[in-house]
Amino acid sequence: MNPHPPLLSPGYGSTVLRAPRQAPILLPHSLADRTGPVLGEGPVAAADADLAAGPDGDAQGQRIVVHGQVRDSAGKPVRDTLLEVWQANAAGRYRHKWDRHDAPLDPHFTGVGRTVTDAEGRYRFVTVRPGAYPWGNHPNAWRPAHIHFSVFGRAFTERLVTQMYFPDDPLFAYDPIYNSVPEFARDRLVAGFDLSATVESWALGFRFDIVLSGATATPMEPQ
Amino acid sequence: MSASPTPAQTVGPYLSIGLTWDEGPLVVPADAPGAVWLRGEIRDGHGEVVKDALVETWQAGPGGEFHPAGFRGFGRCPTDDDGRYAIRTLKPGTIEAQAPHIEVTVFARGLLHRLMTRVYFADEPAANEADPVLAAVPAGRRATLVAEKSEDGYRFDITLQGPDETVFFAV
Repeated sequence: MNPHPPLLSPGYGSTVLRAPRQAPILLPHSLADRTGPVLGEGPVAAADADLAAGPDGDAQGQRIVVHGQVRDSAGKPVRDTLLEVWQANAAGRYRHKWDRHDAPLDPHFTGVGRTVTDAEGRYRFVTVRPGAYPWGNHPNAWRPAHIHFSVFGRAFTERLVTQMYFPDDPLFAYDPIYNSVPEFARDRLVAGFDLSATVESWALGFRFDIVLSGATATPMEPQ
Repeated sequence: MSASPTPAQTVGPYLSIGLTWDEGPLVVPADAPGAVWLRGEIRDGHGEVVKDALVETWQAGPGGEFHPAGFRGFGRCPTDDDGRYAIRTLKPGTIEAQAPHIEVTVFARGLLHRLMTRVYFADEPAANEADPVLAAVPAGRRATLVAEKSEDGYRFDITLQGPDETVFFAV
């Protein structure tokens, strides 16, 4: 079953003029779709995985560890792939010229991180728990706290951008972006609290595993 | 063992925080021999420019091979306040009997999943005529996939919705 949200989801107002109305054309598999950029060895520094430690001091908020494993649709770990994350600060404010939310910016928090999966497809970020924030979609609209994730995978067709949410958020029921996902797949967007990743006296741990879709029918591999 | 895929979500309006690289638009250095600019703008169903999109490109090199030495093959560029993007690259060669083309992904606020399209080149009429992917596209919509020659490269506009809607692909 297709776990992805329909492009036209009118509860999320921005889809109405942006979702294509013509059905997509099924692309025959070609080499271009089975290959993809190799960005793993790019200029990613270890410090890029720590959003909580700013250049001149620690970010405000609840420090957390977010970790998990990236796998393909066959369940195999995806190693050496680039993950990019961005998020609001603990007060629910993005460091962006268009974010006018009346909440403080944090001088020690940029809200951007990068890392590369290891040989088992695992990744780990340190950050602060983002705040919920209001948006103009409908009256009294608030986004549940989330972290944006971008994953490359091994093929251009595996490319995924998604959002990670936190368990038991009371805003889920009111959020048209979260609810655009078919009900059976929504819990795949919600991280689990992970005591084993929690660092004593320092940070709460959450686990968010990611599975890349890839093509619906995989071409035969030569043996 | 198969695994259950993670659903996509929109990049939202603040994607430039996480997905902008200074060198992103430069698939090749600006002064690389033979380099061209692939430029265009993105519009919505009302014809308004889309100022918060991201275009990503993936392509073969001039020899038609993926991952040739020293060629990243990948570009990314956010749209500016006029809805425009620009990618500095080399025109790809013929790929597995397909006409030269560049794979394009579009992300934006209001797009709950990425869109995939392709850039073909107007100065390759014979190759385009023989291309199996273009042949699968209704004739009246093929022009939306063909970049026109411009002063410094090629122009490829993207229309998300409406009568001139760009052809998008599913995989």
